Amino acid sequence: MSTELKPDFCQTGNLTAGNRLQSIDVVSVQSTEDRANALTSGHRACQGCGEALGARMAIDKVMELSKNKVHVVNATGCLEVFTTPFPETSWNVPWLHSLFGNAPAVATGVQAALKAKGMEDVTVIAQGGDGSTVDIGFGCLSGMFERNDDVLYICYDNEAYMNTGVQRSGATPPTARTATTPLSGPHPGNNFGQGKNVPKIAMAHGIAYVATATIANVRDLEAKVAKAMSMKGARYLHIHVPCPLGWGSLPKDTIKLARLAVESGLYPLFEGEHGEITGVTKIRKKVPVDEYLKLQRRFVHLFKKGADTEDLAGVQAIADAHIKYYGLLDDGEK
Amino acid sequence: MSLFEVRIHGRGGQGVVSAAEMLSVAVFTEGKHAQAIPSFGSERMGAPVQSFVRFSDHDIRTREPVTEPDCLIIQDVTLVNNDSTFAGLKDGGYVLLNTTHTIEELGIADKLKNIPPEHLMVVNASGLAREHLGRPIPNAALIGGFSAITGQLKIDSIEEAIRKKFSGAIADGNTAAARAAYDEVKKAKGLK
Amino acid sequence: MLKQVEGSIAVAEAIALCRPDLVCAYPITPQTHIVEGLADMVRKGKIKSNCQYINVESEFAALSVCIGSSATGVRSYTATSSQGLLYMAEAVYNASGMRLPIVMTIGNRAIGGPINIWNDQSDSMALRDAGWIQIHAETNQEAGDLHIQAFKIAEQLSIPVMVCVDGFLLTHAYEQVEASTQEQVDEFLPPFKPMQALDCDDPMSIGAMVGPEAFMEVRALNVAHFDNALEPIQEISEEFEKIFGRKAGGLFEHYHSEEADTVVVSLGSVNGTVKDIIDEYRKEFVSIGSFKIGCYRPFPGKQILEQLKHAKRIIVVEKDYFAGVGGCLANDMKIAFRGSDAKIYSVIGGLGGRPIFKKSLMKILDRAMEDELEELSFIDLDRTLVEREQVREDQFMSNAG
Repeated sequence: MSTELKPDFCQTGNLTAGNRLQSIDVVSVQSTEDRANALTSGHRACQGCGEALGARMAIDKVMELSKNKVHVVNATGCLEVFTTPFPETSWNVPWLHSLFGNAPAVATGVQAALKAKGMEDVTVIAQGGDGSTVDIGFGCLSGMFERNDDVLYICYDNEAYMNTGVQRSGATPPTARTATTPLSGPHPGNNFGQGKNVPKIAMAHGIAYVATATIANVRDLEAKVAKAMSMKGARYLHIHVPCPLGWGSLPKDTIKLARLAVESGLYPLFEGEHGEITGVTKIRKKVPVDEYLKLQRRFVHLFKKGADTEDLAGVQAIADAHIKYYGLLDDGEK
Repeated sequence: MSLFEVRIHGRGGQGVVSAAEMLSVAVFTEGKHAQAIPSFGSERMGAPVQSFVRFSDHDIRTREPVTEPDCLIIQDVTLVNNDSTFAGLKDGGYVLLNTTHTIEELGIADKLKNIPPEHLMVVNASGLAREHLGRPIPNAALIGGFSAITGQLKIDSIEEAIRKKFSGAIADGNTAAARAAYDEVKKAKGLK
Repeated sequence: MLKQVEGSIAVAEAIALCRPDLVCAYPITPQTHIVEGLADMVRKGKIKSNCQYINVESEFAALSVCIGSSATGVRSYTATSSQGLLYMAEAVYNASGMRLPIVMTIGNRAIGGPINIWNDQSDSMALRDAGWIQIHAETNQEAGDLHIQAFKIAEQLSIPVMVCVDGFLLTHAYEQVEASTQEQVDEFLPPFKPMQALDCDDPMSIGAMVGPEAFMEVRALNVAHFDNALEPIQEISEEFEKIFGRKAGGLFEHYHSEEADTVVVSLGSVNGTVKDIIDEYRKEFVSIGSFKIGCYRPFPGKQILEQLKHAKRIIVVEKDYFAGVGGCLANDMKIAFRGSDAKIYSVIGGLGGRPIFKKSLMKILDRAMEDELEELSFIDLDRTLVEREQVREDQFMSNAG
């Protein structure tokens, strides 16, 4: 291969999802005409819903790789509610919803049935929001991991119980305002020192593949789906999906917020296999957490006059800790 | 054969439930109906347990505990002073005790006034078990003794039941213990 | 072929013959031997299909796994008791709401608190309104046979079925049973044809959210199907008799109660004890019989009224007792016999595994036949103790205040 630098004439730059000047193997499924549209239009999501985007991106990639042979098990939550208002559905795939806390177990059952039928070429996806994954369905999730069932679990993390009115979950970040961590009392917003890191817990189960992804980086998300699909056994994908309603942000800022979360270090992108981290996505251009937080009214109290500056500093410290732990910046950068 | 009811007393870990199970299988091999029900504990080792067995030519429909046993098998002699152990024993019934002592030494002759002497036997089932099986689990020996004391079952049926539940050296050991107990009890009975 | 086996094994062997594709259960006394037996059979290849056996982390997961597999179109089975049934309660309603033909054994056991591992029927009673068919076994023979019928009932009607088997009294009892053959079961039970299933060639969404615009119709439809199950349940029991050559199941069974003045009504294994009692009374020419209800849900109230309309007094013996309703079966009977002249007596016994002794029950029946029995009575309840404790606790509460 030539070591000459190739001139970069791409008008819109590498970041564009639909950049056809790129080589075919990095073109995203989302930019192609024959994408499955597993989650098609007509659903009832809010304007700017990050979860609707994340689900479509993920499942369309699964459909491409599995040659349209998928069974999806969905937990109760926003995604289930806004996609299947009886008698309509916006799913183009075989789709099953049972309860809030049992999607991983139901998926185990679906997969076992396929095995019994000799149809193991069908991919089984279990998916849910952070509420069902991190809290109420956690026991079932751990059970599915422990048994190493051949299921790819996807968590769409918008950091609270959105469908029921924005209540705090085990994934809600410190200082965030939710309906059950309101801005009242001496410590407004969600507490420091709490919360569950399910990607790390998934790693601790030693499963074949764990990754975090974001809707701000379609190719990275699709590549991680592809990586997961190349393996068997229990696999876990955690996708960050901003929620304009719950976060108090503008619908047009959804993807921008997703990117800022990564670039601030608050939402690290990494991959792991059998408990070891195998790759991270470096931060391209680090930003202070303020730039991310300021666009969301759930953090508005951090910037009010008289706000406790320790809170903001605490959030920045979390971002800095991530950067250090995962090595998100190149040496010499700060 | 009309209904014959057995109650087995012992402690958790002595195979009281298995004894009932094997007796019921032995009855079955002789072409009769048998029902064995454990009186069910959370089976803590050492706690008193009971099991019940019923034999009949007919279908057995009732499921209450055996309150008026025709035969008592007592696997653990420390239970003889419990009120419940001898409760309801039918006049003329049978009692088989696992012990190295005599009835007189145990001081229970009073409780057993209505039992004819040839229905009242002791056998060192734990000792026979230790000898033939290497462990002091007395149940197999006791059901061998049951065969001798009551004449309700053939010793061959007892052996068949033991071999259905166990295999290899354990089956051999249990069978040997059962036959040894059978011979001892038969002999002692002949002397009474 | 006749066998002398533990009830749990009789059940496991019957289920194995039904060629389930998926078995998934969480251990709980007294159901453990059933699923242990099945685990062993799956590993030894004794279950003649590509049967998957899954160990899970809770009962909620167990039934959820069955929901997933049943929705994917395969024959699915689980078993539980008591606390486990309550722990999966959400999934129990979910399964019937989605018309999934799952078969589940309930090893009847008391519900805590306080914790109690012994037999009574409060567990299946607690979920009698969850939209599952509930059938009860009287003997170990029937326990095995009812599971074979259950798969057929469930799949023909697309309604899940609970087979209720008294804990310890049946599950751990050794009795003679006639084992079925694979040929008989194959003749009786065809391969599973699901009403709907996940299918890549025909994608559909199962489990949509139904709002006020349609929920009432969906519920009404569900209940209508449920109520219509009585006739097929009876027919399937008759088909069973034709192929297997023995009676099992069905809506009810008379024992000298076709014309008796006094009828003892019960569910499950206690009917065996009652039959012995009936024989004793009949030696003295007393007009008494026992009537066993085989199918408890849907409740065949009309049919029972028709069968027992001659009776002067009906004594309902049951092993459950709930605050606010008393005995559930007695409640159902009173509703069914509204307007009839028969006196209905509710007799509660056997709670938490307390044995039901023939002698004790006969004392109660004697009083009933002399018209001296209270409307609600108990078998071997220490009333003095209860009353004394009530006084003591009342004093304690008033002293505390």
